[in-house]
Amino acid sequence: MHDLKPISALGGVSDTIGTMTITENSGVALASVAARMGGEVATKKALKKLLGDVPGPGRSQQHDPESGFWMGPDQWMIGAPMDTHELLADQLKTLLGDAASVTEQSGAWVVFDVVGAALPDMMERLCAAPVRTMVAGDTQRTVIHHLSCFVIRQNGADHVRILGPRASAGSLHHALNGAAHSVA
Amino acid sequence: MIINHPLLGPRDASEFTYLGDAKLIDRPDWQSDTAAQDFYEYGYLRTNPAGEHRELWFHEAGDRSWLVVTRNTLTHEISAVEMARDVARAQGRSK
Repeated sequence: MHDLKPISALGGVSDTIGTMTITENSGVALASVAARMGGEVATKKALKKLLGDVPGPGRSQQHDPESGFWMGPDQWMIGAPMDTHELLADQLKTLLGDAASVTEQSGAWVVFDVVGAALPDMMERLCAAPVRTMVAGDTQRTVIHHLSCFVIRQNGADHVRILGPRASAGSLHHALNGAAHSVA
Repeated sequence: MIINHPLLGPRDASEFTYLGDAKLIDRPDWQSDTAAQDFYEYGYLRTNPAGEHRELWFHEAGDRSWLVVTRNTLTHEISAVEMARDVARAQGRSK
């Protein structure tokens, strides 16, 4: 056997530009949950037990170890620490059974944590998400440089988490850094 | 143009893509005796009203849901926005 080492999309890159810090967060395991027809009630019940509450449209639920956010009608993304939940999709499938379809998403997304005082200025150069009026937990899917991304307002006052397509991680990172430079 | 998404509130039209007449929900029964004629009409024939039009929009840069938008083609005024799946289910198309 080769001794293979898992790597993240951009090697855990972290840049500080002016007041802004943009860090690739490679420690998030992701899986999507889509309730099957007739399984909506059972899925919500299981998610409520898992997360404490089921996030509604445009919202996320912060919880330890699993968190989740609403993606669409009867669809959620669940996240958990990669160290302990690398097989998150399998764990969710065991939990949900035939009530929902579960898809592994860790390999589909790149996660950036964007933190800093100039966050609202930076975000309004990037996308249409109204970061100034979003409160902790508000989540919007939007377009950043033609890439479909999730923007999640975190608990910290100047912190958003951005999930973007992993195959375009470099392009998204370039977009974030460019916007940070323009407000630095 | 702003589309008032039933779940997410007012969103800019640039987040959506347009498909066309909402009659596409009414897919004919392929086992019907008149299936060939029905599918010809379903595939090719559209009314082109100057006024109210029910049409399908896809929230591509958002939650990826399909919407049935009632829009006036003369004024672009939007009078109703529904989730396409609710419309389809109300017509018994969820089996």
